[in-house]
Amino acid sequence: MNFLEAVMHYEFLQKALLTSIMVGIICGVIGCFIILRGMALMGDAISHAVLPGVALSYFLGINFFFGAVFTGVLTAIGIGYISQNSRIKNDSSIGIMFTAAFALGIVLITLMKSSTDLYHILFGNVLAVRPSDMWMTLIIGVIVLTSVYLFYKELLVTSFDETMAQAYGLPTKLIHYFLMTLLTMVTVASLQTVGIVLVVAMLITPAATAYLLTNRLSFMLFISSGFGSISAVLGLYISYKANLASGATIVLVATGLFIITLIFSPKHGVLRKLINSRKKRVSYS
Amino acid sequence: MGTSISVDQLHVSYYGKEAVRDVSFSIMPGSLVGIIGPNGAGKSTLLKSILGLIPSDKGTVKVQGGEVKLARKKLAYVPQRSNIDWDFPISVIDTALIGTYPKLRMFRRPKKSDKQLAMECLEKVGMSEFKNRQIGELSGGQQQRVFLARALAQQAEIFFLDEPFVGIDISSEETIIKILKELRDQGKTILVVHHDLSKANDYFQQLILLNQELVKFGNVDEVMTPETISRAYQGQLSFLKELVVSS
Repeated sequence: MNFLEAVMHYEFLQKALLTSIMVGIICGVIGCFIILRGMALMGDAISHAVLPGVALSYFLGINFFFGAVFTGVLTAIGIGYISQNSRIKNDSSIGIMFTAAFALGIVLITLMKSSTDLYHILFGNVLAVRPSDMWMTLIIGVIVLTSVYLFYKELLVTSFDETMAQAYGLPTKLIHYFLMTLLTMVTVASLQTVGIVLVVAMLITPAATAYLLTNRLSFMLFISSGFGSISAVLGLYISYKANLASGATIVLVATGLFIITLIFSPKHGVLRKLINSRKKRVSYS
Repeated sequence: MGTSISVDQLHVSYYGKEAVRDVSFSIMPGSLVGIIGPNGAGKSTLLKSILGLIPSDKGTVKVQGGEVKLARKKLAYVPQRSNIDWDFPISVIDTALIGTYPKLRMFRRPKKSDKQLAMECLEKVGMSEFKNRQIGELSGGQQQRVFLARALAQQAEIFFLDEPFVGIDISSEETIIKILKELRDQGKTILVVHHDLSKANDYFQQLILLNQELVKFGNVDEVMTPETISRAYQGQLSFLKELVVSS
């Protein structure tokens, strides 16, 4: 049975495919703002900081969305507090807070004596997506995309020139934490697909690939979510065919697309730069 | 007519260090004022404090007779060129268009008339033919002109420029100063952080000479005397004396 037939035939594959595509799109969109604000490390931190929230939600028997968003945002606030109120620099305070949250998460989960759950949360298991997970991803997707659409102007100006944004009265801190909340939600949505450890790749790699291809933010958002979902579909296909870990395969496909773009991008590619500098040298000789 | 900006006994500290100490002055509408002083004199800090970006320890700042908060939409700020990410994926026209954002309501996109305004402002600074370029592809002077266009699109009453003439070509500098003088003649207030003393005479009517404390505020000819300048620079630049004397 080929992949297409299998998708038609098996519901679990359909769900996996749909969820992965949605994750590719929303990670691609939020990822653009993350890399333009120079917050790649923050993306990594928040995605890890979701773990204790997931564990707590299991304890309390509530949907893990709430716990995850709670600890994710709490960590973002903690990082902000330490770097603004002490001499500790931002990257160090990120390092302290997210490892602490992650460690707490691991301790909580081992208390529950369920190592399979831990493995799935850390590395994803897209083929085991339940209908409820799929719906949650869809709802998160709608919230994230609507927010970006509605606040596009504010997100653009705070990412590009925060001082001007502040000067004309935008609540830049609030917008920062709002973006962190969206980031946490995206992480939660990606738990099943690529897992906590690799979410950051889905945030940064497709966005960075798009960044090499365009000089306009609006195009970048579309290209980035395009690369995100192509990576998701292709990765899922390869992992199904070759029986590989799906999350990791998706990430490797995204990385492959990035490397190809890095070399061949017509505007910012390595090859282009090489040709340009050679042309200069020839014209001078 | 009331004052445009009045600063009274302002103290500001930056990362726990006192950067601006007991500064008072007031500026009328229709003035083009230079803020000069040696490195670390607190020029940018003063500017940011007037804009309400850095809280003050003591003293008051009034813009058009009221709190800065109430006048935010009437202020335009042109940042130092080094504070901008020139690789940001944005075109020249979209950069100018940001100038229309402060007047747009939440959830609203720029309309056709806003785009027209942005385009007119680009024409004013002579950058309309570059409208689709990415901002990093421009020269320093062109970049500065685009940011001036953005400030013009804000249709503000008070303009703040932080070191606009650093590292730019002479024709851009002339274009910018010409536009600033036009704004002054229209009754706007313009504050420019500037560190090239040699041109302060030609560019500004009034100067704020700063070295943490206010050394002198007044008309250019009152401020640009060898004694006051050397008091501000405290012998940091001995050739300045000769420069000022000869000019």
